[in-house]
Amino acid sequence: MKVLVPVKRVVDANVKIRVKPDGGGVDLANVKMAVNPFCEIAIEEAIRLREAGVAAEVVAVSVGAVVCQEQLRTCLALGADRAVLIQTDAELHPLGVAKALKALQEREQADIVLFGKQSIDGDNSQTGPMFAALTGLPQATFASEAKVADGELEVTREVDGGLQTIAVKLPAVVTTDLRLNEPRYASLPNIMKAKRKPMDVLSPEELGVDLAPSVEVLSVERPAERGAGVKVESVEELVDKLKNEAKVIA
Amino acid sequence: MSALVVAEHDNRSIKPATRVAAAAAEAIGNGFDVLVAGENCAAAAEEAGRIAGVGKVLLADQPAYGHQLAENVAPLVAEVGAAYSHILAAHTTTGKNFLPRVAAQLDVAQISDIVAVLDEATFKRPIYAGNAIATVCSKDPIKVVSVRGTAYDPVAAEGGSGAVEAVAAAHDAGISRFIRDELAKSERPELTAAGVIISGGRGMGSGENFQLLEGIADKLGAAIGASRAAVDAGFVPNDMQVGQTGKIVAPDLYIAVGISGAIQHLAGMKDSKVIAAINKDEDAPIFQVADYGLVADLFKALPELEALL
Repeated sequence: MKVLVPVKRVVDANVKIRVKPDGGGVDLANVKMAVNPFCEIAIEEAIRLREAGVAAEVVAVSVGAVVCQEQLRTCLALGADRAVLIQTDAELHPLGVAKALKALQEREQADIVLFGKQSIDGDNSQTGPMFAALTGLPQATFASEAKVADGELEVTREVDGGLQTIAVKLPAVVTTDLRLNEPRYASLPNIMKAKRKPMDVLSPEELGVDLAPSVEVLSVERPAERGAGVKVESVEELVDKLKNEAKVIA
Repeated sequence: MSALVVAEHDNRSIKPATRVAAAAAEAIGNGFDVLVAGENCAAAAEEAGRIAGVGKVLLADQPAYGHQLAENVAPLVAEVGAAYSHILAAHTTTGKNFLPRVAAQLDVAQISDIVAVLDEATFKRPIYAGNAIATVCSKDPIKVVSVRGTAYDPVAAEGGSGAVEAVAAAHDAGISRFIRDELAKSERPELTAAGVIISGGRGMGSGENFQLLEGIADKLGAAIGASRAAVDAGFVPNDMQVGQTGKIVAPDLYIAVGISGAIQHLAGMKDSKVIAAINKDEDAPIFQVADYGLVADLFKALPELEALL
């Protein structure tokens, strides 16, 4: 069984981003970049499937500029067997990425395609289900547990009301939620080994996909700032303020 | 052309998030119909017909739609929605599950998690955990849009008189099946609809200590929430998580207890009208957004708070 894991290069989760004053976007110059945390959970899950003998091969793929090789090397260091970069400098949107990945899936024929449930930059939460729709595969989104049995994948999903368990026929798409696993760290020997693992580079043209977005970003602005309020000295004062000043409790 | 709002429901009743999506449709301004896809969901369809401003209600009542499996619901929504200018749904785990599938099937983009409609093609949406707001314009013939639950006040649940029209289309892809739900049962209001929320973080120390919040929640009619740290530590279940990747809330009062205030948590609650925070660390980032901050040991402060309410 083959597992394909699409990963995205994003601003590190611990970085406080800065909006450019001219409204032109978020300033990414000299900002620490990382594998999107949900994609990292997806890589971990794929590696665990291989370690459990369920999967034979784990392939990491990213769509984006040449620098995305850094994040793919991280995935290789974590244990992916090989990597594919669909290299483009185009501005990317979920539907375009899903189309590029569909073209790759036609070559790879993976049995499980493991996505992160959302990227922490765009916060779209779209690519996994879009890919599933384009390929006609079933999807199990927001997974907190996944088991393979009898040609099916049984997945527990984190939904607003609690948990839902469904079964999807393989091949299938899974998107990861936070509680699926706790990703490992790459060891130094594995980081060294990752340098020799294969990385293929493809172009969207080779795959015959058009990445042009149909959505234009007109501007990016800072949200309304919420100023710090006051410190109160006691629980009594807190209750008094909430009752008589803010009038939010009776 | 008008908008199609895809109802979120449990086959018996319509979830309030549906009426927030309807409010976004009203903001677009050309009226809206509601699609209710489910199994034995006639009661939900009737309720949808009473939503203020609704045109008609399209009822697709089939076993395949009973659990909202995306593989079955998405083709239906794409088929019905092709006659509309906009397809709107709530940005909940249900909407996030089927709506991108609809968009991909129609070969159009999706605009996720909008917080404002500027005109029929232009929307505002938060990115980077709400640390930036993007204004985006869609050039697609059909706009597929998910709406944040706090974006608009829901339209009234009563006052409409939409006729219910049956839709025969039965899509059963046969590639996924429902096994079970384990839904939290609570007498308390839902987090996304509560007027007051009291949330606990890692500082609560254990799941048992969340009982300290119960008495206060009882007195305030509040919902109880949690930070990711408290959910990851196993103190409380995932459905209580407030934050970038959990629930987005904007109650009149949000009380954060033992929550340090990571940006991912703030992303889920910083639109609350009033924020109060109790934390023993006076440098905790939560105090930078709190209207009222109390530096105190929560194990002393919570019983006092309960007694004073």
